[in-house]
Amino acid sequence: MQGPLLSVLVWLPIGAGVVVLLLGERNIVAARWVALLATIATLLLSLPLVAHFDTSTSALQFVENVPWIPRFNANYALGLDGISLPLVVLTAFITIPVVIAAWTVIEVRAAQYFAAFLIMEGLMIGVFSATDALLFYFFWEAMLIPMFLIIGIWGGPRRVYATIKFFLYTFLGSVFMLAALIYMYVKAGDYSIASFQALPLTLLEQRWIFVAFLMAFAVKVPMWPVHTWLPDAHVEAPTGGSVILAAIMLKMGGYGFLRFSLPIAPDACRELEMLVITLSLIAVVYIGFVALVQQDMKKLIAYSSIAHMGFVTLGAFLVYDIVRNTGSVQGAGMGLDGAMVQMVSHGLVSGALFLCVGVLYDRMHSRQIADYGGVINTMPIFAAFMVLFCLANTGLPGTSGFVGEFLVIIAAFKASFWYSLLAAVTLVLGAAYTLWLVKRVVFGPIGNDRVAALQDLNGREFIVLAALAIAVLLLGVWPAPLLKIMQPSIHHLVDQAIATKIPL
Amino acid sequence: MTDTIMTWSSVAPAIAEMYLVAAICVILLVDVFAGDKRHGLTPTLTLLALAVGAALTVRYGHVTHHSILFDGMYVADELGYVLKLAGFLIVAVVLLYSRSYLENRDILRGEYYVLALTALLGIFVLVSANSLLTVYIGVELLALSVYAMVAFDRESGIAAESAIKYFVLGAIASGALLYGMSLIYGLTGTLELEQIAVRLHSPSSLGVLLGLVFVVVAVAFKLGAVPFHMWLPDVYEGAPTSVTLFIGTAPKIAYFALALRLLAHGLGGTVAEWSQMLAVLAVLTLVVGNVVALVQTNLKRMLAYSTISNVGFIVLGFVAGTPSGYTAALYYTLIYVLAALGSFGVILLASRKGFEADKLDDYKGLYQRDPLLALAMMMLMFSTAGVPPFVGFWAKLRIFQALWETQHTWLVLIAAAMSVVGAFYYLRIIKLMYFDAPTGELPATVRSMGVRVVLAANAAAVLVLGLLPSALLDLCSRLIH
Repeated sequence: MQGPLLSVLVWLPIGAGVVVLLLGERNIVAARWVALLATIATLLLSLPLVAHFDTSTSALQFVENVPWIPRFNANYALGLDGISLPLVVLTAFITIPVVIAAWTVIEVRAAQYFAAFLIMEGLMIGVFSATDALLFYFFWEAMLIPMFLIIGIWGGPRRVYATIKFFLYTFLGSVFMLAALIYMYVKAGDYSIASFQALPLTLLEQRWIFVAFLMAFAVKVPMWPVHTWLPDAHVEAPTGGSVILAAIMLKMGGYGFLRFSLPIAPDACRELEMLVITLSLIAVVYIGFVALVQQDMKKLIAYSSIAHMGFVTLGAFLVYDIVRNTGSVQGAGMGLDGAMVQMVSHGLVSGALFLCVGVLYDRMHSRQIADYGGVINTMPIFAAFMVLFCLANTGLPGTSGFVGEFLVIIAAFKASFWYSLLAAVTLVLGAAYTLWLVKRVVFGPIGNDRVAALQDLNGREFIVLAALAIAVLLLGVWPAPLLKIMQPSIHHLVDQAIATKIPL
Repeated sequence: MTDTIMTWSSVAPAIAEMYLVAAICVILLVDVFAGDKRHGLTPTLTLLALAVGAALTVRYGHVTHHSILFDGMYVADELGYVLKLAGFLIVAVVLLYSRSYLENRDILRGEYYVLALTALLGIFVLVSANSLLTVYIGVELLALSVYAMVAFDRESGIAAESAIKYFVLGAIASGALLYGMSLIYGLTGTLELEQIAVRLHSPSSLGVLLGLVFVVVAVAFKLGAVPFHMWLPDVYEGAPTSVTLFIGTAPKIAYFALALRLLAHGLGGTVAEWSQMLAVLAVLTLVVGNVVALVQTNLKRMLAYSTISNVGFIVLGFVAGTPSGYTAALYYTLIYVLAALGSFGVILLASRKGFEADKLDDYKGLYQRDPLLALAMMMLMFSTAGVPPFVGFWAKLRIFQALWETQHTWLVLIAAAMSVVGAFYYLRIIKLMYFDAPTGELPATVRSMGVRVVLAANAAAVLVLGLLPSALLDLCSRLIH
């Protein structure tokens, strides 16, 4: 498969976004259709990537490389491996429900809303497919702008506070990553991620670089204790913004750990793995309790996201303990496998849950759990979907949520009994807060007159939720293709992570 | 240079200056005799003069090799050539933005245009100076023109106050500069920067260091580095906005050249000393500029502190003390000027007769009143904050790179942290424009087509240079090496 397919995936949505912007509010119908067609085209164009992906190698595929800034040896370089491919496809997939879900719901500046998401989509695909660190950073930061506007313009009452907090938090994390990237450029002479990965670094240098990366990625994931922007951003963001935040933007933190921290600073990672594991376990357990007491559905799902992303960071950093305990590289990748599957699964499930809340919010204009009750009586089809996604969120076997958590817990058991005990506790906690949410919102007698007047899903909403439901179930019962795509890259990553880069 | 015979080839590099002197005389005369009757004559003529000047400079003044002319007073090199062209362009854009503002206030007078041109002449002299004398003449020509411009709206008390402040403090700085120069002259026995560079050796004597301190103070004052920044917010706020636009843009390239020619070239032998002084100034400038900007309620004053914080980054380029650092400083200066042109341009276009549009609250809901203005301002603010895909990102990146190359770890960390602080007040403007609803009845923005095209082009340049930064980065690097 030749041709600049990845470039098309990056620039097609951005170009479509500009077109939508130019069409403006006066041609809103046309703008909507352009947006929908562009997102569908992007997804269709991402399918050849899967079809032609060579699962026998960890090398980058669909490579594009054009000099961008020759003076810095920075290239417009794109490429995919088994780690980035699933995330690119996930991005292309999730944007379609976002566009459909907003179809007539957004009434103010709708064209700009669609344009913002299209531009976001292109930038996010750019983040996952960039193989040049400068290009990666370029997309990584540029993405903040549309998200800042999405929360700020279409958000809830405290949107300004939430969006500025979101922006500054992520910006603060990122500038130190930029400083680290430039430092490595000065040493390596170019900006390609591969040469950063091959660059010998002393332990001291690696520690600093690890800390810089941790600041950027921990904020994005987000890890406890730098997670406080997320509940605010989620609560205030419009539905689409929440979906993209939870489904894709959080994954960038996890992706950053896999792509940058582990291979570039392996010795520092080995030394400081306890730090990340501890923070992850705190996120998994403590945030689970926090989620339990939430009154606001979006906030509850936001905290649940933090807990689930804790599994991702936990899985990613278990590799050292596994190698130490078992003495072999075999099976060391299981935590990483789990982290990746968890990222994809959480992208689907949390996106779907935010869409469910959006469906309710569009009708009742409330996100308070107390305002609902007995929704199943008036919205049976919706209730079925909501229950399914909630079960997936608890990690029920047969749904995608199970696969990732299961892999991570097994890996945790290999690493340490206590890790796995603590991680398994959250399965109970996760079930508790999610099922309690279902009980209070969906089941029981009809809560009030407004619930009694609810209309069930319309066709548009049905399509959106059905597509996500199929994906969740498919990944749950048949995760093998995903694992197969990841396999060589995960192996390679394990090799990189356990190697030492300290110059002799 | 010992030859006393002036040939065309030995004066051609100075075509821009010579032409500008002639043009100023003509425009002054035309304005005296015809300016009152035909109101638009002087502005149009001035723009025409700038265009012709740029064309003449490209045709005759292009130099690629470094040479010393006029008995060592004048250096002709590609840096000077490019900065002069940039000067023509910047002043032309400034005058385009200013026109409707001046008209609305009935202060569209020829003096403004003539003073802008004499200031530009000062910039040119400074940019090509190779002697302490030429440096001083350039500094004074520029400064005196600008003092007059600040006071140019006779009716305005606050403008007169700012002009006096500027003048008094500026005079002190000029004194410091002269005193420092005299010490250096006394110890080296020459006024020529190239000769000074040859004769100064490390370790420097106490006398040279004393002279250096005064020179650094003067440069810091001109740039607006903390603690010599006191004049800047008052002048930015008090001057008519069109003058603020001028002060905030064109002179910056001259003062960059001043720092480069004087410190990096002439006093290059003492780089170890002055780079330490500048490091202290840079940190102070970054912290004070960014932190104080947070609490401003007046947009012009806020942008003044933003200027100060940007000056901090420019100074950081010099702190590196390497050609890479000077390249970074040059690039940063040009990018900063580009963004400042647009931001003050937006203030000018949002202002009307009797309405200055200089309060932050005047920008509430600007998007609903004028989407183009809001969009341009948003792009410029993100650029100044250093967020890709806008060009301000590359300017900051280039500074960080120069600092890493010279192992200034702490400066990198401070600059990185301060750019996050800075992001907050740029975001605040975007918040006002996009997230808030307009309050009360505000006059419509300027709708004249021509100037809006200029603004759109200005904002587009920030994006295009951000997506494809290579050409300008290469140019800056070539100019310095």
